[in-house]
Amino acid sequence: MKVIEGSYAVAEAVRVCKPHVISAYPITPQTHIVETLSQMVADGAIKAEYVRVESEFSAISVCIGASAAGTRTYTATTSQGLALMHEALFNAAGMRLPIVMTAVNRSLSAPLSIWNDQQDTISQRDTGWIQLHAENAQEASDTIIQAYKIAEYRSILLPVMVCMDGYILTHVYEPVELWEQKKVDAFLPEFDPVHVLDPKKPKTFGAFADPSLYTEFRYMVQEAMEVAKKKIVDIANEFRDEFGRYYGGLIDEYRAKDAETLILAMGSVIGTIKDAIDEMRADGIPVGLLKIRAYRPFPVDTIRDAVAGAKAIIVLDKNISMGYEGALFTDVKSALYGKSGVTALGFILGLGGRDITKQTIKDMVAKALEAMKSGKVQECEFVDLRKEVL
Amino acid sequence: MKLSVGAVAEPGSTRANKTGTWRTFRPVFNADLCVGCGICSQFCPEGIIHEKNDKYATDYDYCKGCGICAAECPKGAIKMVLEVK
Ligand code: SF4
Ligand code: SF4
Repeated sequence: MKVIEGSYAVAEAVRVCKPHVISAYPITPQTHIVETLSQMVADGAIKAEYVRVESEFSAISVCIGASAAGTRTYTATTSQGLALMHEALFNAAGMRLPIVMTAVNRSLSAPLSIWNDQQDTISQRDTGWIQLHAENAQEASDTIIQAYKIAEYRSILLPVMVCMDGYILTHVYEPVELWEQKKVDAFLPEFDPVHVLDPKKPKTFGAFADPSLYTEFRYMVQEAMEVAKKKIVDIANEFRDEFGRYYGGLIDEYRAKDAETLILAMGSVIGTIKDAIDEMRADGIPVGLLKIRAYRPFPVDTIRDAVAGAKAIIVLDKNISMGYEGALFTDVKSALYGKSGVTALGFILGLGGRDITKQTIKDMVAKALEAMKSGKVQECEFVDLRKEVL
Repeated sequence: MKLSVGAVAEPGSTRANKTGTWRTFRPVFNADLCVGCGICSQFCPEGIIHEKNDKYATDYDYCKGCGICAAECPKGAIKMVLEVK
């Protein structure tokens, strides 16, 4: 166990996965990850080609080409950089290329902000990438190792975004357990691609599909996502058996079994919620947590089962679909539609780096208890809104 | 195109996919006005205008009707005519 920066832990995890090609463009707060990786390549600690590019669009495009050529690839970005990748993200998924990316979560302009929220990855929800959210530095790095195994699984073959909150996880120093190369090699087999791009045997990847086949190609991606639902759970279990650490499969639960009020959230805020839950439990409030680990594929059935015994749910969104509400709240409600009469409250919070404290969590739980009594529910509420400056 | 993981196609897919199906205007070549300069074939983005006995013609299986050939022909030998189906 070593006390290291979250970004360094991620770079270490990438190193032991032995990617052949790494391509990235530095952007705050992702920079420390790719800076460390480029140093590792320069030092010969990774036998990878590090391709320096002039933009994130090129970084992902390099990964697409390299992955099509049958190599294991890695990139990392955040916020505006991820937005710039948008068009190519669809290509990576449609061409079924198992690229792994660390998507550091940061808010989007305007106004300009370099601080954390999750608007950037939420806005890439529909690209066909698997999205896994990490709670701490150890999970963000362990999930990289799992991500390659998920992505490269023959009946999945989809790219994976491992999401980690900017600064809160990338720049924090935490004790992290590192990996033995031998153990990782045993856990993660070599990438064995179905198709290989080779000048000697030319092929077109992501070729033209007319209306008679386009739907079927999209359906195949949807089917792969269904396979991923099962495989993410299996691989999390295998990882636990091999490395002794476990963060949940598609979701994880904390003091949820007998909880009347359940909090649903993703990312680093989970730690704060757990502490707040312990304090509320000590005060006799039966509250628990569902941590959403896989945002895509979305664990519809797992959430339904987990929510079945609860009277109220509180969904935390560090994002907003402008003109509607938080994306996770919409997804959770649609998963429960017709299956549950639970009182559901959605909160928008933590935007552009606004702190979420234990008190913030307790206030939301108080509101849920209030709503259950009064029957009045405000569905999309901005938490700690500074009305005095509006 | 066959269904395959990642929409991967063998070479020759551009030949198999007839891209002339969505044309609105069809270029009609007038051999009497054509002087065989070949400018149209240089400009055609599909690369399908070919020479036959010093005169030029296109391949309607792949012609998307963009009209670049008609705009570039110095002799006005190509007219764009509305497709009727
Ligand atoms: S209309 Fe366009 S595609 Fe068709 S022959 Fe002329 S230049 Fe080529
Ligand atoms: S540009 Fe006009 S004149 Fe020249 S070859 Fe084409 S059709 Fe004939």
